[in-house]
Amino acid sequence: MSLSRTDVEKIAHLARLEINEQEAQTFADSLSQILSLIEQMNAVDTTGVTPMAHPREAALRLREDKVTEGDERSKFQQIAPAAEAGLYLVPKVIE
Amino acid sequence: MEWEAVIGLEVHIQLLTNSKMFSGASARYGAVPNTQACAVDVALPGVLPVMNVEAARMAVKFGLAIGAKINHHSVFARKNYFYPDLPKGYQISQYELPIVQAGHVDIEVDGVSKRIGVTRAHLEEDAGKSLHEDFHGLSGIDLNRAGTPLLEIVSEPDMRSTGEAVAYLKKLHELVRYLEICDGNMQEGSFRCDANVSVRPKGETKLGTRAELKNINSFRFVERAIAYEIERQIDVCEGGGTVVQETRLYDPNKDETRSMRSKEEAHDYRYFPDPDLPPLEFDDEFIREVAKTLPELPDAKRERFMREYALPAYDAGVLTATHEMANYYEETVRASGVDPKLAANWVAGDLAGYLNKENRTIAESAVSAPMLSGLLRRIADNTISGKIAKDVLDAMWNGEGDADSIIEKKGLTQITDTGAIEKVVDEILAANSKQLEQYRSGQEKLFGYFVGQVMKATAGKANPKQVNDVLKRKLRG
Repeated sequence: MSLSRTDVEKIAHLARLEINEQEAQTFADSLSQILSLIEQMNAVDTTGVTPMAHPREAALRLREDKVTEGDERSKFQQIAPAAEAGLYLVPKVIE
Repeated sequence: MEWEAVIGLEVHIQLLTNSKMFSGASARYGAVPNTQACAVDVALPGVLPVMNVEAARMAVKFGLAIGAKINHHSVFARKNYFYPDLPKGYQISQYELPIVQAGHVDIEVDGVSKRIGVTRAHLEEDAGKSLHEDFHGLSGIDLNRAGTPLLEIVSEPDMRSTGEAVAYLKKLHELVRYLEICDGNMQEGSFRCDANVSVRPKGETKLGTRAELKNINSFRFVERAIAYEIERQIDVCEGGGTVVQETRLYDPNKDETRSMRSKEEAHDYRYFPDPDLPPLEFDDEFIREVAKTLPELPDAKRERFMREYALPAYDAGVLTATHEMANYYEETVRASGVDPKLAANWVAGDLAGYLNKENRTIAESAVSAPMLSGLLRRIADNTISGKIAKDVLDAMWNGEGDADSIIEKKGLTQITDTGAIEKVVDEILAANSKQLEQYRSGQEKLFGYFVGQVMKATAGKANPKQVNDVLKRKLRG
């Protein structure tokens, strides 16, 4: 299976990545190579093997339900591009 | 052609934890903007999520209450999309292996019971809020809600009418409050609903194309939005058109749904297991511990009330609507020692009337269970009549003290001395000789007139049953 340039452009758009035509072709080629590796793995008979959701044999660590973090708004908003009335400001999201 | 509606609901409930799902920031509602959004919630680089055990317990509790399969092994996935109130660029959710699968909720509509399947319930985090008031052409973002734990409860497309959809939603609403995993506040967004609606010719087994309805966050809106949408889809089909799969927004002012401009890639969320979070695993012991915290559930309580207190289904339903109401009733029965039906009439009737009028919950009642018990004891021992008791309740509600002191202060003790009642009746009959003559010549409906006169003369304090008895005897002559 191989990816076309159009596929790559669509994926780039979903990830909000700006790529030029030449990059699109390069990515189409290298992503297609990854897909052929996956095809190889898919060909292996994995009957009886439990699928892994994580590469490490670990279980999620859980914490007690306690409030441990306080208000650090002023620190965070100092490094924000724009803030006003305690809110982060962003380009308008609805028309 | 006869059409059939097919409805499935997706309900998001905010879990009542102290802290967030993956951070130690407070999850309390209504704080000053962005004061409860820590480094994890605002997604600063390098932070890592650490899961709140209480969110897992609450999800398991819900699963047990709906007879579902609890997965000992569940997986968190990233749901990728871009929106300013989601600073990471993805929402942590569960996709292939949710924590709860295959449960059910039983509803009753017009006396007919029906089992609604719950496909799954999965844990995920809430997003922040966008404020679209004008900040010089910009939008404001409050991330206090970002990271609040949510349980998304997805039903099977088992509902066939708006009535069934509302009954299911109300049942779920009641259940999550009983379980104390969600406060159920729809206005504050702690209990939110989306509906998937499609229509098909009656008898057809294949599902029609569905529309997803959003912005239906009250029971009334759910009912109206679904009703509108069913009609709209039937009109489209009968006009020879086809329903398109899309998201539609309900506009309560116009009472209609309208299409949200959908971009074709909008639903391409590119889920994948979150590498920051290994699978959530727990053993049977964890589930057993949670099971111990399960309260008596609404259906079981309703049946017990009907059995133990010999209450009609209606009273049992009203009294078990919330567990606070049920507790109030049981405390009243215990403390007063009166007939449970008498207690039910007062709690589900008069008291509920005051609560509704002032839009208060039972926890905010101006009359506590011990106070109401005091009143009921005085009805039961004939100190006051039911009618006078209504005035005493009113005085109690207005903070004038307990039943006994109000009865004493206002001199409301019932007249149960037959001699005294006879004396009043004699006076009334003497003063109303014309009516007496009419009564004896056949106008028996004047009986009520005499009762009224006696009650007026005794300021409502005469025992009504005795008044009836004495009047009947004396009127016969």
